[in-house]
Amino acid sequence: MSDAERRDTIVRYPAGVRTNHWLLALSFVLAALSGLALFHPALFWFSGLFGGGPWTRILHPFIGLFMALVFVFLAATVWDDNRLQPADWKWLRQWRDVVNNREERLPEVGRYNAGQKLLFFVIVVCLAALVLSGIVMWRAYFSWYFPIGVIRLATLLHAVCAFVLVCAILVHIYAALWVKGSVHAMVRGTVTPGWAWKHHRAWFRQITHAAHPRTGRD
Amino acid sequence: MALQSLDIVRRSATTTPSPDARGSYTGTVAKLIDTTKCIGCKACQVACMEWNDLRDGIGTNVGSYQNPADLTENTWTLMRFTEYENPKGDLEWLIRKDGCMHCADPGCLKACPSPGAIVQYANGIVDFHEENCIGCGYCVTGCPFDIPRISKRDKKAYKCTLCSDRVAVGLEPACIKACPTGALVFGTKEDMQQHAAERVEDLKSRGFEHAGLYDPPGVGGTHVMYVLHHADQPQLYAGLAADPHISTFVRLWKGKTKPLALLVMGLTALAGFFHFVRVGPNEVDERDEAAARQTLEGGQTRRPSPDAGAAEKRP
Repeated sequence: MSDAERRDTIVRYPAGVRTNHWLLALSFVLAALSGLALFHPALFWFSGLFGGGPWTRILHPFIGLFMALVFVFLAATVWDDNRLQPADWKWLRQWRDVVNNREERLPEVGRYNAGQKLLFFVIVVCLAALVLSGIVMWRAYFSWYFPIGVIRLATLLHAVCAFVLVCAILVHIYAALWVKGSVHAMVRGTVTPGWAWKHHRAWFRQITHAAHPRTGRD
Repeated sequence: MALQSLDIVRRSATTTPSPDARGSYTGTVAKLIDTTKCIGCKACQVACMEWNDLRDGIGTNVGSYQNPADLTENTWTLMRFTEYENPKGDLEWLIRKDGCMHCADPGCLKACPSPGAIVQYANGIVDFHEENCIGCGYCVTGCPFDIPRISKRDKKAYKCTLCSDRVAVGLEPACIKACPTGALVFGTKEDMQQHAAERVEDLKSRGFEHAGLYDPPGVGGTHVMYVLHHADQPQLYAGLAADPHISTFVRLWKGKTKPLALLVMGLTALAGFFHFVRVGPNEVDERDEAAARQTLEGGQTRRPSPDAGAAEKRP
């Protein structure tokens, strides 16, 4: 950890992951805005951001595919760290301590906390469903191959998954603003040792190989 | 407003009321297609082509008189031919002029996300305004009759307009004008229902005991109606829907759920804001940094880690 130590910081997200994340974030914003334009008339004016209704309809599926592709790479990188452990369920049951900033009462968190892991799997499920249903709905190229019942079901599924995903990402964005230092971590790549100690202590111990105070294990 | 005869009562993707000071007190219009009088001459198809300036490509023979094989963006009405062998063993040549039914409760209009791309006039006609069409195909998803067609060239949706331009100035639709047998008639919906009732009575007296009017209530009734010899089995007529209604999936997708979903999204964002206001940010303070430093120093003096660098590089 020579580099990080010199700056007295810990690398949490290397440049590759940061690039990946922000490509995903940008494409999500574009996909969400163009999709919401078609989701409800109250938001149809979002289509103006994309050059009008037809352009919104043309661009949305391509943006969505790009987002899914970018996510595949990110998911491959972070999949292992997002496996749910027994301690995660305890963390989730103590959600009151989580939202009230009483982190000291929570089990020690690894690289990602249970909330982040849940978000990860919500994104996995939603994006997979969005891509599959989106292809069925893609009138210009693919809808011709599917019976109308499948198209109707896909359309409903697409709207439901998009709704869930937008809500999940709103929570994700807020959490990043709420837990100070998170945005810096994803923009500059580094966190302070105190940040890692406070929010992801198990990960902190793991990367610094400090002995666990209670068990004495690594 | 342009023409009183084209007053819009319903507009796609519009949540506020349409101007309705001028009511449709004179009633709505309807086209009545009497399949029992139709001889399959396709004059209506030709008249539709001529009036609307449509020219479909030359198709291929699919083994029946039906040509083109299906409705397209250039064929807004189509004679569908069915050879039906009735229980008595006789052949019946059932011919149905297919096209938009102009539902009172149009699934296409319900599904359309583009404001004003699909409208319903006070006279009952459901019309596509292609200049507002974005080409998503949701109208196809919403339609219970499989009518709208998206052009592969310009990606706009097309279907029968019930000659709204002609009706607006007091003319009958082009297909009606061309029909040589009187199988097609046009007038107020009330008159057409009355005329159909007479026809049905006549048919019943001539042995078609199941003759009846097709004006399906599942879509609120239609402004294109059929007189059928076998009204008990509409599906005999090239798969005419027996009980058409807007699909439950489409209702779920376009009903109350969407404004509700919008509300929940808004509340989610708002919940974040108020959480910040009430609980405040989760910040690292000096004690955390000190504890981390202590652990770091303690850990490293005890045992320098051989592969900490490798762990570092993990994303």
